[in-house]
Amino acid sequence: MHEMGIAESILQAMRKDCANAHVVRTGVRIGEWSGVNVDSLQFCWDALMKSEGDQCELEIEFCPRQNRCPECEWVFPVENFQSDCPRCGCTRTAVATGTELELSFFELEDEGAVYKA
Amino acid sequence: MTRVDLETKVLSENERIAGGLRSGLRSRGIYCVNLISSPGSGKTSLLEQTLARFDSGERLAVVTGDLQTDNDAVRLARYGFPVKQIQTGGACHLDARMIDKAIADWSLDDIDLLLIENVGNLVCPTSYDLGEHDKVVVLSVPEGEEKPLKYPGIFFRSSLMILNKIDLLPYVSFNIAKAKENARAVNPSIGIIEASCTTGAGLDEWMLWLRLKMATARSEHGAQTEMTARA
Repeated sequence: MHEMGIAESILQAMRKDCANAHVVRTGVRIGEWSGVNVDSLQFCWDALMKSEGDQCELEIEFCPRQNRCPECEWVFPVENFQSDCPRCGCTRTAVATGTELELSFFELEDEGAVYKA
Repeated sequence: MTRVDLETKVLSENERIAGGLRSGLRSRGIYCVNLISSPGSGKTSLLEQTLARFDSGERLAVVTGDLQTDNDAVRLARYGFPVKQIQTGGACHLDARMIDKAIADWSLDDIDLLLIENVGNLVCPTSYDLGEHDKVVVLSVPEGEEKPLKYPGIFFRSSLMILNKIDLLPYVSFNIAKAKENARAVNPSIGIIEASCTTGAGLDEWMLWLRLKMATARSEHGAQTEMTARA
């Protein structure tokens, strides 16, 4: 529902930080619990590129919900909301991944292009 | 090709404004809560009941968001506290810039509590920090006990869940124990208050929660001021 706004924020960051270079690919990390649907973000990005007359690919890395165990350091997927450590049974595990809404990279067309120029 | 690796938030501009709001609020000891729920869960009724329980001299203010109309602001203004309506014109959530603009002509030194009523939506408001201390999610009985599992993002980020409209429990099939279990499965530390704006049940507990949070925000601010004075 708000994925167009998210797509616009990505474009805004891209234009601000890479004003003098053409970005051919932008990477984002989207967590399972970020509140953003990856299919609809991809759709909005493609529509935005069309309307802007730009061609930049959006590479979405989906980050599943995972917890980390403070006792044994095990990182495991949280399935069916089961957050106890499957290895040692610890009940105090904490979120490791799944809430991301981050930019992960810009890939610039020109060799040696200046970032944040 | 040149690749630049990043680890920045997609919504860094929103985060920046929210950060400014947060420090502005904290430096004055103002407690701020962001109320989030589906449309029709009773956020506005809860706010009405909340405002009715404050004395007229108390220093609070309300910002309420809707896609259209100022109906909520009109309802809330009856209690005599300052109220601002944000009409998002179709946007499904409030963002930090909207809050920043809405409160710009208020003197923050005259406020102890800022109540924000988000747009009725359990998905989009999840992504937008408004500079609040706590998110509070309202889940009403007719919506069903599975909501926390279907929309984990918001229950995960909320400090408190208000189970609203419990006066309807005899008329709908809602498993209240299961609803709590589901909320705690998503967020083991979430607080839960059962409430009804019709009967008044649970509202004393909610007011206590709110007043405790206000006192904490005030004392943190006091401690900060004292430390600065000593330094």
